[in-house]
Amino acid sequence: MSHHKPPGTLAVALLIARKDLAIEYRTRSAFFSSLVFSLLGVSIFYMVWDPTAVRPIDMAPGVLWTIFAFAGMLGLHRAFGLELQTRAMDGLLLAPVAREAIFLGKALANLVYVSAVLAITIPAVVLFYNLEFGSGLLILGGIGILAAIGLVTVGTLFSSMTVHTRFAELLLPMLALPFFIPVVVPAAQASAKLLVGGALATVMPWIQVLVAFDLMFGVACVLAFPFTIED
Amino acid sequence: MTMSSPTHPQSTAPVCQTVALVRRFGRRRAVAGVDLSIGPGECVALFGPNGAGKTTLLRLLAGLLRPTSGEVRLLGRALKSDAAAERGRVGLISHQSMLYDVLTVSENVAFAARLHGVADVAGATRAAIDRLGLQGRELAPVRALSRGWQQRVSIARAIVHDPALVLLDEPYTGLDVAGARALTQLLRSLRDDGAALALVTHAVDEGLALATHAAIMLEGTIRRYEPTGALDPAAYADEYRRLALESAA
Repeated sequence: MSHHKPPGTLAVALLIARKDLAIEYRTRSAFFSSLVFSLLGVSIFYMVWDPTAVRPIDMAPGVLWTIFAFAGMLGLHRAFGLELQTRAMDGLLLAPVAREAIFLGKALANLVYVSAVLAITIPAVVLFYNLEFGSGLLILGGIGILAAIGLVTVGTLFSSMTVHTRFAELLLPMLALPFFIPVVVPAAQASAKLLVGGALATVMPWIQVLVAFDLMFGVACVLAFPFTIED
Repeated sequence: MTMSSPTHPQSTAPVCQTVALVRRFGRRRAVAGVDLSIGPGECVALFGPNGAGKTTLLRLLAGLLRPTSGEVRLLGRALKSDAAAERGRVGLISHQSMLYDVLTVSENVAFAARLHGVADVAGATRAAIDRLGLQGRELAPVRALSRGWQQRVSIARAIVHDPALVLLDEPYTGLDVAGARALTQLLRSLRDDGAALALVTHAVDEGLALATHAAIMLEGTIRRYEPTGALDPAAYADEYRRLALESAA
């Protein structure tokens, strides 16, 4: 009966993230549903939009980040849902690894998934509303990453809390959406400033809000996660 | 109830030990004061009707449930929620496969090996697959396999890190005759290699054929516990049925 050296937290997080992404790559269930939701959302907002009443630069940021929040939500439930079907979560909990590593792995996989959805949603919004970001597109990408980090840290924690409940798919948005507001508002405000040609300095306060949210909730969610999986 | 194994008289320190173990769910006591000790090379077969607390006891032994009171000790150390290294010495086989059905057989087994920090992942995966007779199915997605073959993969996943304590909850469920025979041989070889086994089953004959000790669990407590050497399987099965019916009444 040999005794193995337990793997480190980062190694376990990467292992779990890679496994989750491999499963998502083979099923493509959450990614495609989020993608279709995003593109349909952008189309519907475009069709109900009256360009004579509201300028595209006033409309587009709100559309982009609202759709981002809801599309991201669609995939977050999957993070722990796929561990439930065959009680694979027990296998993770039996491993000689820190509970926090499981959270980090799940959040990392969610981050890749949400970023991929965002990478397609941003160009779709740019095309539909004929926007001109210029060099601001790079900054918008950075804001997108910061917003995605905030969304997945909070969303992953609530996914683990709600996955065992009967109304998980209802409870997750009810709990998580209020926490997405501090992510969506600065992201939308910063995007609006970029659209009117604002420089990096003008959006920096909003970026700082996003960084502060990510740091604060990142640490809080990692620390809180072990309590969500206790029996 | 500590009894040394006839096959390992030199190893007396228990692999797993419980002291006055209690687990409540609300007002109901699922496990109501269990003292149990399993030494290296011992296999305890736990018999009992549904709701007797057998699965709860196994989950407590695995560290997946916290005791309401009492203690589980694994290799001499208390098994607490932060005892990651101790948890890693346990292998659990339950009636749920604990597998990812879109991943292949070897991916599932290798994932478990990596999680447990096995140094030679490829070698350990190969050995576990060979031991369960899964050669030729390594690249098949688990969902493409029958229930019996999935159970074999589940067992390969549970033993790939060479656990000191193997917990089995109804492992014969879904296995055909050949699969059941292969499983009995495998468990016997694990036991003979020095692993401690706790086996929950309704199959008295199969349980007694493998176990060094037999226990009957009713209403959260162990009512009978004895070495299997001198037991008559037919008489024991009758006694088990009588106690189970008495308990149900």
